[in-house]
Amino acid sequence: MSIDRANAKAVERMIDARPRLTGIERAGDALPGLEEGTLLHAGPPIDWPRMSGPLRGAVIGALLFEGWAATPEEAEERAAGGEIRFDPCHHHGAVGPMAGVTSPSMAVYRVENETHGNVAFSNLNEGYGKVLRYGAFDDEVLERLRWINGPMAEVLGAALDAGEPLDLRALLSEALHMGDEGHNRNKAGSILFLQRLAPRIARTCADRETAARVLAFLGDNALSVLNPVMAAAKAMADAAHGVDGSTLVTAMARNGTDFGIRVSGLGDRWFTAPAPTPDGLYFSGFSATDANPDIGDSTITETAGFGAFAMAAAPAIVTFVSGTPKDAMAATLEMYEITEAEHRHLTIPALEFRGTPVGIDLRKVVELGITPRVNTGIAHREAGIGQIGAGLVRPPMAVFRDALLAWAEAHDL
Amino acid sequence: MRVTRTEVRRGAYADSIVLMRLQAALAELPGIDDAGVVMGTRANLDILRAGGLEPDEPDAIRGDDLVVVVAAADEERAAAAVGRIDELLKSRGPSSDDEIHARSLRQALRRLPDARWALISTPGRRAARVAREALERGLHVFLYSDNVPLAEEVGLKRAAAAAGRLVLGPDCGTAIIGGVGLGFANRVRRGPVGLVCASGTGLQAIASRVHELGSGVSQGIGTGGRDLHREVGAATALQGLDLLARDPETRVIALASKPPDPTVSAGLLGRAAELGKPVVVHLSGRPSPLPRIGSLHFARSLEETAEIAVRLAGDPQPAGHPGAAGGSTEGDTPRPDGARRYLRGLFAGGTLALEALHGLGPLLSPLVSNLAAPGVEAIRDPTDSRGHTLLDLGADDLTVGRLHPMIDPRLRIERLEREARDPEVAVILLDVVLGQGAEADPAATLGPVVARATADDGPAVVALVLGTDEDPQDRAATVERLTDAGAWVTHSLAEAVARAAALCTRPAAAPGEPVDLEALAPGFAAVNIGLPSFHEDLLSRGVSSVHVDWRPPAGGDERLLAILEKMRS
Repeated sequence: MSIDRANAKAVERMIDARPRLTGIERAGDALPGLEEGTLLHAGPPIDWPRMSGPLRGAVIGALLFEGWAATPEEAEERAAGGEIRFDPCHHHGAVGPMAGVTSPSMAVYRVENETHGNVAFSNLNEGYGKVLRYGAFDDEVLERLRWINGPMAEVLGAALDAGEPLDLRALLSEALHMGDEGHNRNKAGSILFLQRLAPRIARTCADRETAARVLAFLGDNALSVLNPVMAAAKAMADAAHGVDGSTLVTAMARNGTDFGIRVSGLGDRWFTAPAPTPDGLYFSGFSATDANPDIGDSTITETAGFGAFAMAAAPAIVTFVSGTPKDAMAATLEMYEITEAEHRHLTIPALEFRGTPVGIDLRKVVELGITPRVNTGIAHREAGIGQIGAGLVRPPMAVFRDALLAWAEAHDL
Repeated sequence: MRVTRTEVRRGAYADSIVLMRLQAALAELPGIDDAGVVMGTRANLDILRAGGLEPDEPDAIRGDDLVVVVAAADEERAAAAVGRIDELLKSRGPSSDDEIHARSLRQALRRLPDARWALISTPGRRAARVAREALERGLHVFLYSDNVPLAEEVGLKRAAAAAGRLVLGPDCGTAIIGGVGLGFANRVRRGPVGLVCASGTGLQAIASRVHELGSGVSQGIGTGGRDLHREVGAATALQGLDLLARDPETRVIALASKPPDPTVSAGLLGRAAELGKPVVVHLSGRPSPLPRIGSLHFARSLEETAEIAVRLAGDPQPAGHPGAAGGSTEGDTPRPDGARRYLRGLFAGGTLALEALHGLGPLLSPLVSNLAAPGVEAIRDPTDSRGHTLLDLGADDLTVGRLHPMIDPRLRIERLEREARDPEVAVILLDVVLGQGAEADPAATLGPVVARATADDGPAVVALVLGTDEDPQDRAATVERLTDAGAWVTHSLAEAVARAAALCTRPAAAPGEPVDLEALAPGFAAVNIGLPSFHEDLLSRGVSSVHVDWRPPAGGDERLLAILEKMRS
């Protein structure tokens, strides 16, 4: 099969994938291989010695959350001592924002691609402030985690069980017409999520106080829908993975130290290079010197053709990428340069409802010297301080170059 | 004391206008004596050196690096200037600020699907690749870039011909398409004169003069300076002639070229002669002594080219074939088929022979003679004719022990009989010089030989009868008897040459698929790849244009490029 045909097939699968949120499960039950003593993390594989501050903090928090350690010191000792097995979320069909640390007793969203049958998972979003995904692990963080993964997960699970699965592609499509880009801005999507769940929660949750608290939490958190949307993106990207000869990127992910990509036609191999530090705006009191290198699996949104790729749909957040609505337009137009197709289901009103750029082609990235744009949150480099800004980052060109060389080698070019 | 300081930006491509702007801005900074800003090719580094700006570590500089060398009064000012490079690079020209440029032809066409032309002005080393993609995407190409290898030009033009597309260039400085100038072009009104020119300034000179004279230009097709090379075979010029022949707005065609390959020129002019429209020809450095051969008018200069073209365009009588002297009135000259394809010129008069040779030189190739003329090959053995051969039979090496052929016709008659027996000969061209001292009755000796030669589908005989009605030989009777014998007779050397040439030229055909006239229609849209100023010019002329902000592919990494090329196929 020619490369062009392989890529056309892969991108068709990515576009045709129809991810639907079917329910909530316990991670240890849902994710194969996630056993006691194993923690999943964002990005390509990494071991404790090379982990950055926020990831280490999240690991410590997860050990405390699971009760595998009683104190942060003990947790650190265990993690450093090789007692914990670390594995990327991506190796288990899952994704997680920022540190992405997922442990067996956490709850995960289950997203099923109705078109191709593959499934993907993501943990539950903790909201803003001091949170595990930014490496915070104090009592307040752990207490919230227990509530989210306990009572809230139960409520959400019951609500999701009480009706048809939620069509996340349709939700995202609607959100893009309401000023979201699906990665950094999920205000509209989160409200739509709340709107879809609220009646079901009202019907299924017997305890009014719990119901109110869950609804308030979902409504207050403009990132509520980010995690299910990431799982949806993962389901879309996975549908395009494994097409022989294809040069399309099917995963981009960062662990806070390395930026890694996977390519449809190159199996499970990661191509990695040092993760860059995002370029963006900082909350008051912080600056670029405080920033951790880029972290998180949320780049799966750009991989699936939205996020920064749909920037033209989200002019409200252009300040994060230093500019004007015209810059938002330029960002999306630039991404058409390196993508295979235009999305049929995700469209941008400001571009006369042109489909979002979808299916990053390795060849175009290398030839034009244009790396994908990624909208991202910026983590403090020390564990537990949290988000200090948001901005734009681009993967290092080296990962695409290496992947191209590997593709050439695999095909005797 | 003067210090120099070098700054190298690896793989940072900028087009020449940006480089020049930066260079000028740096040179204006306080304490800066001189500044050079180039892409780091060997040739460019030599230019810097020649200007006294020696770059540091030149061996580490590559062609895709942006190199800045400043010469300043002191270190401090040099450092200050270098420190401002980024800021100065960002201050780009006016008007393009509002636009979001494309980065690839693919996306440019997504925004402007109706684009018909691609203007390409990227560095020559990479330009062929860009041009090939433009052709693959169905565009006609205006290829301004120079330094495109000849083999690439041949390949591009072959691909273009196969697809019925034009490649104007490489090194095409100018063209006028549908009334809009591409590249460097003057504002000229539209009119009846169509141009096909290998030289950019040649096209500008003719077009401007046509305008000055009150007429106008229908189309200006630049071909690039190498189009008339043997390897390229006038591919674009032939397409251009073919288009202008069909273009209803073009009444007269002007064809100007640098000194062409003789074979290519012969085929091209052969084609030009049969377009059914007058063609004014200017072959730089190869002026024809004959102002006109058939529908071809020969000009001695660019200005004269314009003047003749304008005059002809105003002439209600379109160009026809010259009439014959005497009784011969047939107008058309059916070209003989098959093996009969060569001219044999047997001249008694040396100067007549030389003038005929100059006239035939651009039309027949290879042309062999015992006289020397540009584009003419020296004959090895004057007693043995090969291909197109024109002989001065009065030359010393042929008249040893004999009288001059103007007095003694025997040598020529023998030769004429021999040439007539050659099955490859299409036409025999003769001069018949009358006057006192000359042979008393040339028709008596030549007539029977001509009659035998032309009988039974033999070659044609074209005779130039030179003399007056007061000459002792009875010119009218001579013409009549030669005509009766089967010769085509004229008193004009130009007519004789035209007639003879028409019988044996082999016009080249435009290669490949015919180009649709739509290629030249006004109101086209274009994609500009390379120099932003061309884009601005198009917009100012009301042409829809998308600019591609071109950079060297794969950052100029040859290994990656080679892989990408293989992945394309």
